[in-house]
Amino acid sequence: MSGHNYMKLAFASRSENEAFARITVAAFVTQLDPTMEQLDEIKTVVSEAVTNAIIHGYNGSEQGTVTVEATIDGDTLSLTISDEGGGIEDVELARQPLYTSKPELERSGMGFTIMENFMDAFEVETSQGGGTKLRMKKRIESKKALFN
Amino acid sequence: MSLQVELEQHRNVLIVRLRGELDHHTADVVRFKMEDAILRGRCDHVVLSLKDLQFMDSSGLGVILGRYKLVKSRGGKMVISDIQTSVKRLFELSGLFKILSVYETERSAIASLEVVS
Repeated sequence: MSGHNYMKLAFASRSENEAFARITVAAFVTQLDPTMEQLDEIKTVVSEAVTNAIIHGYNGSEQGTVTVEATIDGDTLSLTISDEGGGIEDVELARQPLYTSKPELERSGMGFTIMENFMDAFEVETSQGGGTKLRMKKRIESKKALFN
Repeated sequence: MSLQVELEQHRNVLIVRLRGELDHHTADVVRFKMEDAILRGRCDHVVLSLKDLQFMDSSGLGVILGRYKLVKSRGGKMVISDIQTSVKRLFELSGLFKILSVYETERSAIASLEVVS
């Protein structure tokens, strides 16, 4: 499939919206005809990013807004997931596998590692008190193209 | 989009079957139900069956690791059965395979524990 498409979703920073966000993005992405594995990866990545925004960005407060944007350009999916929360103090440290700033909440510290592994490109834009924006890209090679 | 936790006791083994989606929102239910059953029941070991787990993210890794530590601290063993491909990749990335044994079926997981106890 080719062409351009775009969606934007804004919702309250409540944990029940994690499933809502990943299912919505997955439904949007189906037009690229992804494999089950690619769809699972995208759902996981959205879930990680939204969970981070809720737990770390807004520190569990349900008063914040999380924004998810998805763009399809040809066979590439771009995702932007942002919050207007507290920001990440040390991005390099946060990106270390198994590092978590909230071990008391049984966080595994694998969120960033999973996002980096499941996507082709991954960038973090954050500032103290100014929120966090994650930008990611993934190429979805169409199953149809493989068979033609 | 929710998660069901089914508990069954087989001698000194607690079988926990997760059905649905395990994320940050549903992790607390798993934590509380498993903790309650492990602390109150007379089980030494745990089999965590993931056959019907349709989705899991890193919040699930945290909750599994937490229960593994609890079972281990009480001298028991926790093993996993029926793992799906997507969950398997998370286990590989996080290194959870190094500490948790995975069996193809619940039956073989239970059998492995009966040798232990």
